Amino acid sequence: MEIGWWGVLIAVLGGAIRIGTPFLFVSLGECLTEKSGRINLGLEGTLVMGAMTGYAVSLHSGSPWLGVLCAGLAGMVLGALHSWLCSFKRVNDIAVGIAMMLFGTGLAFFLGKPYIQPSAPRLPSIDLGAWSDIPQLKAALQINALFLMGIVVAIALAWMLKNTAWGLKVRVVGESADAARALGLPVDRIRILSTAQGGFLAGIGGSYLSLYYPFNWSEGLSSGQGLMAVALVIFARWHPVGCLWVSLLWGGAAALGPSLQSVGITGGYYIFNAIPYIMTLAVMIITCSPKRTLVGVPHELTVTR
Amino acid sequence: MVSMVLFGIFVASAGADPFEVYQTMYRAAFGTSFSWQNTLIRAAPLMLTALCTALPGYLGLIIIGGEGAVVMGGLFAAIAALTMPTAPPMVVLTTMALVGMVGGGLWLTIGGALRHYRAVNETISSLLLNYIAIAVLNHLVTSTFRDPESLNHPSTHHIGEANMIGAIPGTDLHWGLVFGVVACIIAWFLMHHTVFGFASQVAGGNVRAAQIAGLPVGRLILIICFVAGAAGGLAGMVEVAAIHGRANDTLNANYGYAGILVAFVARNNPLAIIPVAILLGGIRASSGLLQRAHELPDATVLVMQGIIFLVILFSETLYGRFSKLQKQGA
Repeated sequence: MEIGWWGVLIAVLGGAIRIGTPFLFVSLGECLTEKSGRINLGLEGTLVMGAMTGYAVSLHSGSPWLGVLCAGLAGMVLGALHSWLCSFKRVNDIAVGIAMMLFGTGLAFFLGKPYIQPSAPRLPSIDLGAWSDIPQLKAALQINALFLMGIVVAIALAWMLKNTAWGLKVRVVGESADAARALGLPVDRIRILSTAQGGFLAGIGGSYLSLYYPFNWSEGLSSGQGLMAVALVIFARWHPVGCLWVSLLWGGAAALGPSLQSVGITGGYYIFNAIPYIMTLAVMIITCSPKRTLVGVPHELTVTR
Repeated sequence: MVSMVLFGIFVASAGADPFEVYQTMYRAAFGTSFSWQNTLIRAAPLMLTALCTALPGYLGLIIIGGEGAVVMGGLFAAIAALTMPTAPPMVVLTTMALVGMVGGGLWLTIGGALRHYRAVNETISSLLLNYIAIAVLNHLVTSTFRDPESLNHPSTHHIGEANMIGAIPGTDLHWGLVFGVVACIIAWFLMHHTVFGFASQVAGGNVRAAQIAGLPVGRLILIICFVAGAAGGLAGMVEVAAIHGRANDTLNANYGYAGILVAFVARNNPLAIIPVAILLGGIRASSGLLQRAHELPDATVLVMQGIIFLVILFSETLYGRFSKLQKQGA
C-alpha cells in the first residue's frame, strides 16, 4: 500500500517518540537540577557515560534493565561530582559543566573502546501498533517501555516539586539561597542531591541511546543532546510535564530529515540534521530578553546574578 | 601537579605503569626535534582557539564557540581560494586569511550579539553555533562545493599546491605557528596596553561601573567577540592552507574544545597561552605513541584534559582561601 506523504507524518510522529525519549530524560534531569539553582552542562558527558555504562553492563550481564540501572548510577556519580565541585566558593557551575562534559566523554571513550564491536542485548519494545496493518504505522508505534516510564517520571516529578516538603525545599533553594539559609536548610546538600538525581535521569537517557535507539555504542552517539536540554528546559518553563511535550517536539524535528529522505527528498541532509540545534537557538532568542524574566524561572539562575 | 598524580592513579588503574607513561609522553612530546615539531604544529591552532575563549573572558563572558569559528574560518578561506584560481599565491593567501578571519569573527559575533541584545546565555548559544557550523560545512562540501573526485570523504576542491603555506626554512613547521605566537602577543598588547583593553577590563570587572563611566559595553562585547572569532577563523584558515589543502570535516578536530582548556589554564592571559598551548600540544602529540607503547586508547588524553580542567577549577577556590588567610595575617 502506497501511503506517500502520510508516511512522512507517521515517521515524524514515531521519530518524535523514539528520538525524543533521551531528550525527555535529560531535560527532566536538567529541570530538577535547575530548580535547585544550578545549571549542569556536564549532562552531555553524563549522557555519553550512561550510554557506555548501560551498554557494557548489559553486554556482560545479559540483562538490559540492569544496564539501565547502572547507567543511572554512573550518571548519579557524575552529577554528584559536578555539584560537589560547584559547592566550593568561586567555582563557576558553567565552567565546571564544560569540564565535566570533557571528562565524562573522555572517560566514556576510554572505557568504552572495547565495546564498539560486540552487540549487547537490546531493550524490549512494546508493540502498540499490532491492530494496524500498515507496516510504517506499526514501526512507528513500537514504543519502548522507557518512554512510558519517562512519562510517569515527568508527572511524578511535577507532583513532587509542587506537593511535597522535599519539592518545596528544592524550590526554595533555587529561588533564593539566602532565604533557604535563613530557614536553616542545608543549601549545598539539597543541591548536591538534586543534581545527583538529575544525573541519574540523564544516565538513563544515555542508556536508552545505546540500548534501544540507535542501539549501538559509538563515540558520536550523543551530539549535543545534553546541551540542548538546557534550552529545552527553558522552553518547557521549568515544568516537568512541559519537558515531555518539548522533548516530543524536538524528537519530531530530528526525525524530519530522515523521513523526508524516505519520500525521496535527499538534498540538505546535513541541514535537516541541524534542525534541533537551530530550533534550540531560535527558542533561546525568542524566549530570552534582557528586560523581563520568564514565569517559572528559578531566581538563582537569572542573568543579573 | 595534583592532576598529574590523579592521572597517574588513573593510568595505573588501567593497568599501565604511570612513570613509564609519563616518560613516553615526554619523549613523544619533547624528546626529539621531530617530536618538538609535532608538538608545535599542534600547538599553533591551540594558541588561536584559546584566544577565542580568553578574549571574551576579559569581559566575563564564557564563550566556547572556538570550534565553530575554526570550521567557519576554514570553510570561508577555502571558498575564497577557489573563487580566484588565477591570482598569484601571495594575494590568494592574504585573501584567505582575511576572509577566514571575517568568517570566524562574524560567527562568534552572533553569540555576542545574542548575549547583548537578547540576554541569551553566551555559553550555550556558542556551543549550539558549533554544531550548526559543522552542519553548514558538511552541507556545503557535500553539495555546492564538492570535489567530485573526493568519493568517500566529501571535500572541496584542492586549493592548489602553489597556494599552500610553506614550511619555515630548515624545519617541517609551517608558518601557522608564527601566526599563533604573533596573534597572542598582539592580543596581549591590545588588552593590557590600549585604552580599548582597559575599557574591556573595566566592563568585565563591573558592568554597571562601566556604563556609568560611559563605556559602550555592548559595542565592546561585539568587537571582542569578533576579534576572538577572527583568531579562531585564522586557525581554520591555517589548517586549510597549511595542512589539508581543502575544507572538509577534518576541520572539526576538537581544537576548539582543547582551546577552552588552554585559556582556562592560562587564566585568560594571552602571553601565558603560548607555553600552555605548547604543553597541551605536547600532550596531544603523545597520544599516538601512548596508544602504541602502552596499549592505552587514544581517549586517555581526553581523560587527562578533563582531569586537568577540573583540578584547575578546583584550585580557583583555594586561591580565594589563601588570599583570605593572608589578609587576616596582615
